[in-house]
Amino acid sequence: MFGLNKKDTSLLLIVAALVALAPIILNPFPEGSGMAQFNAGYPDLMQRFVIFGIFAIGFNILFGLTGYLSFGHAAFLGAGSYAGMWMMKLLSINVIPAIVFSVIIAGLISLAIGWISLRRSGIYFSILTLAFAQMAFALAASVLTPITGGETGLQTNLNDPRILPGFLGGGSSVDGNIPKPSLFGIEMTSSFEVPVAGWLWTFNWGYYICGIVMLIAFYIAIRIFRSPFGLMLKAVKSNQQRLNYTGLNTRPYMLACFVISGMYAGLAGGLMAAMDPQVGAERMQWTASGEVVLMTILGGVGTLIGPVLGAGLIKYFENIFSKINDNLLHQWFAFLPDGLEDLMVTIIHPFIGKGWHLTLGLMFMAIVIFLPGGLVEGGQRLRKMFGRKSEERAPKTTPAE
Amino acid sequence: MDAIILQILNGLDKGSAYALIALGLTLIFGTLGVVNFAHGALFMLGAFCTVTLSRILTLSHEVVDPTRKDFLGNPLKVDVPYIYDIFGETTGAAIIDWAVPLSILFAIPVMIGIGVLMERGLIKHFYKRPHADQILVTFGLAIVLQEIIKYYFGANQIPAPAPQAFVGSLDFGAIFGMEPGAIIYPYWRIVYFCFAMVLIGAVFAFLQFTTFGMVVRAGMADRETVGLLGINIDRRFTIMFGIAAAVAGLAGVMYTPINSPNYHMGMDFLVISFVVVVVGGMGSLPGAVLAGFVLGVLESFASMRQVIELLPGVNQVVIYLAAIVILLTRPRGLLGRRGVMED
Amino acid sequence: MGILEVKDVGKRFGGLQALGNVNLDVAENTVHAIIGPNGAGKSTLLNCLVGKLIPDTGSVMFDGQSVLGRTPYQINQMGISRVFQTPEIFGDLNVLENMMIPIFAKRDGAFRLHAIENMMDEKDIVEAAEKMLVDMNMADKRYMHAAAMSRGDKRRLEIGMCLAQEPRLLLLDEPTAGMARADTNNTIDLLKQIKDERDITIAIIEHDMHVVFSLAERITVLAQGTPLVEDTPDNIKGHPKVREAYLGEAA
Repeated sequence: MFGLNKKDTSLLLIVAALVALAPIILNPFPEGSGMAQFNAGYPDLMQRFVIFGIFAIGFNILFGLTGYLSFGHAAFLGAGSYAGMWMMKLLSINVIPAIVFSVIIAGLISLAIGWISLRRSGIYFSILTLAFAQMAFALAASVLTPITGGETGLQTNLNDPRILPGFLGGGSSVDGNIPKPSLFGIEMTSSFEVPVAGWLWTFNWGYYICGIVMLIAFYIAIRIFRSPFGLMLKAVKSNQQRLNYTGLNTRPYMLACFVISGMYAGLAGGLMAAMDPQVGAERMQWTASGEVVLMTILGGVGTLIGPVLGAGLIKYFENIFSKINDNLLHQWFAFLPDGLEDLMVTIIHPFIGKGWHLTLGLMFMAIVIFLPGGLVEGGQRLRKMFGRKSEERAPKTTPAE
Repeated sequence: MDAIILQILNGLDKGSAYALIALGLTLIFGTLGVVNFAHGALFMLGAFCTVTLSRILTLSHEVVDPTRKDFLGNPLKVDVPYIYDIFGETTGAAIIDWAVPLSILFAIPVMIGIGVLMERGLIKHFYKRPHADQILVTFGLAIVLQEIIKYYFGANQIPAPAPQAFVGSLDFGAIFGMEPGAIIYPYWRIVYFCFAMVLIGAVFAFLQFTTFGMVVRAGMADRETVGLLGINIDRRFTIMFGIAAAVAGLAGVMYTPINSPNYHMGMDFLVISFVVVVVGGMGSLPGAVLAGFVLGVLESFASMRQVIELLPGVNQVVIYLAAIVILLTRPRGLLGRRGVMED
Repeated sequence: MGILEVKDVGKRFGGLQALGNVNLDVAENTVHAIIGPNGAGKSTLLNCLVGKLIPDTGSVMFDGQSVLGRTPYQINQMGISRVFQTPEIFGDLNVLENMMIPIFAKRDGAFRLHAIENMMDEKDIVEAAEKMLVDMNMADKRYMHAAAMSRGDKRRLEIGMCLAQEPRLLLLDEPTAGMARADTNNTIDLLKQIKDERDITIAIIEHDMHVVFSLAERITVLAQGTPLVEDTPDNIKGHPKVREAYLGEAA
């Protein structure tokens, strides 16, 4: 189906089903129960899952296929956000021009940065991309203030022109308020809630639009992975020398890959702006570049599903871990004797709440040290351990990923 | 003229910090072949050695001062550092005043210990892994170290003043017969620059004139051959890592009066230090030092009012611009060696 | 006039004259061996032919066109394929994918953005790759991870990848270096078969005299960066200058 083989089609369908049912799956705990705060099925968080999923899928097209580690992808994310914001300020509050424009701008910027950075490889490439991203961040926070809003950032305002006619999302205000980003009148923030028994499911328009965009992005990524172009990119990672002596020019392949990857980042940035119409320079900071690297590594570099998993997991933990507090820990360990209870809480305390980054750093180190292939490799190892027989029966006819 | 001299002087202290961090990075890269993204964190840990020591020195107990009364008329309670009890009040106060320089003594063993621990515990397992893996695992380590410091010391900057004797500025211009006040330069920055020069000199002398240094230099040039000679190169590299950590740490210790330490100062310096290493030439020690000072001075020139008026924002990006230009025109950096980290 | 003409090529590295006035004329559809002791400049010469090094002096013409100043991929597109001393293959990919890459390069040129097509749907490419694998006698290994193969198989795959491009000139750089006797003999047989079955010119740099004398029709002896003699294998065998260069003794 869709020009994919059976395995890829089922992967795509599974992801599609997960995206569609996420508001239900991610709310396993009944409303009002003690565990309800671990529900992730609310719009804001689910939007972040899929948006960062797109970002990580795009990053993986570069890092996973070619092995070129970019530390500057945040620049494209930020550029996409700014571009999207300007479309929503100048043209229309409709998200489509914003998203399209953010992809175009990020593509152009990544073309320029890639054209220069790809003259070098290895660590030099990493440093060059890092230098460009830091430059973009510094400029966005200072000189480019007329475009970026500097430290305060960009927001939609009442006096923005929005020149398109009303039915296309133009107009400065709606009932005297700043209009909210919408798709032909459907506001991104609007959702309908379905209470079922003790549960509350929230189906949010913004989330589903992001979800559909992510599925398209995921589908394109699968096609790229299976294409001759993708094969050449894997060949770059495997043996660039052989590729050169096989009559292929690696530069345009790498540049095309870099630009595609940058456009994915821009798309993610544009969606972020469309879901929450404000953007500041910190979105371009190199820690944001580091974050997407983490997501990709955690999920599994070079695999299709890995980056999506990694993005979801990191965003989920970020949310949940930072919500746990000492009171909650005391509740959990209440069954222990008092002294032991306090001890457990003291031990765990540094890793939760504001200490979430510590957990993240440790998790990241553990993954790189023990499981360089990320969660996907972990899953494969588990499957091998428990299902060796089925593994043997399956003929190895599918080309290695 | 005086403006130019002032900018050069201003660039020197930042340049010194860049040079010291880059020197350690290069040592680690040259000897162990590891790209250490946690090196900035070592700089930060050094700075927090100062904070820790001054906290230890000012540990106090409450004493009731019968001669003074608080506003309720009760005898006033005052905090007296334990150190006053040991050395007497004058010496004790002097020791607290000199906490920053004293931290050097404290930081050397601590930082060497941390460095050795890091190399033995983590880095040595990554010698044969790709550079990308090294970058990633040390990046993770940097986050962890940073968060630990944040947990214990909080997110705010913690001031660590220089000794009273070095507070104030030297009227540099006056010495050379210019108008008074034309070039004013804080004493502590002069101290920092001299300290950096001594430290750099010591590292070079150590590498140049000791057998240990000779072996390390040989190892940098050709690791396998030195290994064949039956010299335990691995242990020497471990010590080298400890030394590099100490250099970064000392750079951090002495930098505290210039810039009050906070938990993310390491990351801020790291990015630039990598740029410095690459500009200097991967694996070249003199290159790292030269590039550190050149970029420090360049940055300070770019922050001149006249320059900013001409090219707004150039102060923010000049280092990165310089790096991009140099990498594209001289792929090996200013003093890079052939065959080190080439494509 | 040969398909590959090297005229007065010189190359200097600092104070070392690696090549000085090398002249070489490789006739079409022959096997031409270049032999010489260590440090004779064989590898330098080869690197000058494929664009990795640019000689200081002289000219290198392939089929009437200069190769100098072209990059390796451009020279490959002219019809020169190179086999490396240690087999250079795409270790992370499977054997079939390895074989498909050069065929894509042959069909599509140095770059084509075919990012949406499925590579396995490119029937002509897959067929050509499968056929080449059959020719190379490794069809049963098509889904094997290339890095997991034996050295002999890697060499076989690499040669196959070069042949799949239907080059006019195949350059081999010590193709049997570091191989066991059995693998060496297999490689010799493979090259003989290629020579008999295809219209192809082969230039081979080799250390192993057994390989050279089993294959070559012309031999150039290189010593200290200059060609000593060029002749048929039979004449080379007894040539006093060759013995001198190799054994360092007067004949």
